[in-house]
Amino acid sequence: MGGLSHYLEREGLATTQISLIREHSEKIKPPRALWVPFELGRPLGVPNDPAFQKRVLLAALNLLEAPSGPVLVDFPEEAPVSTTQAGPLACPISLPRKQTDLDSREGLRQAFLQEVIQMAVWHREAEKKRGRTTYGASGLDPQEAARLLAGFLVGELPANPMNNLSLASLVKLASEDIKALYMEAITTLPGGLTDSASLTDWFFGQCVAGQVFLRLREVMSQSPDKETRLVGSRLLIPVSQASRKVFA
Amino acid sequence: MARLKDLPEALGTNLVNLPCPEFADTPWVQPPPLAESRLAAISTAGLHMRGDIPFTGFSGEYRVIPGDAAAGDLVMSHVSTNFDRSGFQQDLNLVLPLDRLRELTEHGTIRSLASYHYSFMGATDPVPMEQAARQVAGQLKGDGVDTVLLVPV
Repeated sequence: MGGLSHYLEREGLATTQISLIREHSEKIKPPRALWVPFELGRPLGVPNDPAFQKRVLLAALNLLEAPSGPVLVDFPEEAPVSTTQAGPLACPISLPRKQTDLDSREGLRQAFLQEVIQMAVWHREAEKKRGRTTYGASGLDPQEAARLLAGFLVGELPANPMNNLSLASLVKLASEDIKALYMEAITTLPGGLTDSASLTDWFFGQCVAGQVFLRLREVMSQSPDKETRLVGSRLLIPVSQASRKVFA
Repeated sequence: MARLKDLPEALGTNLVNLPCPEFADTPWVQPPPLAESRLAAISTAGLHMRGDIPFTGFSGEYRVIPGDAAAGDLVMSHVSTNFDRSGFQQDLNLVLPLDRLRELTEHGTIRSLASYHYSFMGATDPVPMEQAARQVAGQLKGDGVDTVLLVPV
């Protein structure tokens, strides 16, 4: 990010930026940077809080009035803690008992496909309520995305339905789409939980999908294909969940 | 919370050790007052229009975001799994504050917004990104833009 500031400013454009990692801005020395004490992924601080976002934005824009630089200023406010739910979340779907044999790969695959169908119902409600979805970078619908991920579990290498992407890239995009499906659904349910740590724990700890991702990491990490190994070992499971075990 | 000490240790160590480009000095352009500026936003969140080609590698490429894009038009294909996406899923403005910028323009705080905004994927080798940035700069200047807001993720 800081590098982009240098490149654009050299071309005659004045830049100001938000900085999430102060240590990087200290090294790169962009012309104007506002460091914010927010978590990665939330540079404006708080979703659906226009007043808070406006204060962050104006603080970054005000740096354009500085007479000389580089300028690195700290935003003085913390983002308010957003947890509103007491106790751990449960996955809000009901799977038939015979399909919850998660100890076998085929059982896990079946349970996952069922879970996605049911989660998609919640997701449609979420999309209606929010008027938008971020689902869709993979170009696959939810059941296609789920079948692609599940195919790896049972040793099937599915045909790649997208000719402009490698299968490994498509798996990565499908994995983020599935997470978006679940997260958008759960964050519009009554209770209004929005803090990212609880949501991540819920996905990887309470949902069959989380178990599928952990199993996929194992399977893809052993692939002879370098890109598949990279996606499996580093791009499926966040570091915060890395020590979680399959079937824990 | 983006204090390194608050992150999982392995992630914090990775970020500390991430190679940063080094610059001998910092370039400086004095912008016009904000109320006389034409401003573009650039995100490094790997955002793009639904249906555009996703970001899948580290080649420094960029995507165009039309100035009148609606929140529902945009999806994210950043490859990292180590930042929160749930906030973006609830509100685009958390990562690309288009509504806030439009409000500031209606209010006269900013003179006007660019016809096009741009998106890169962060954590990319700065060398190929520099070439792409020069191309974007040319397009921005062609659009009359003088000021750029950069937003990481």
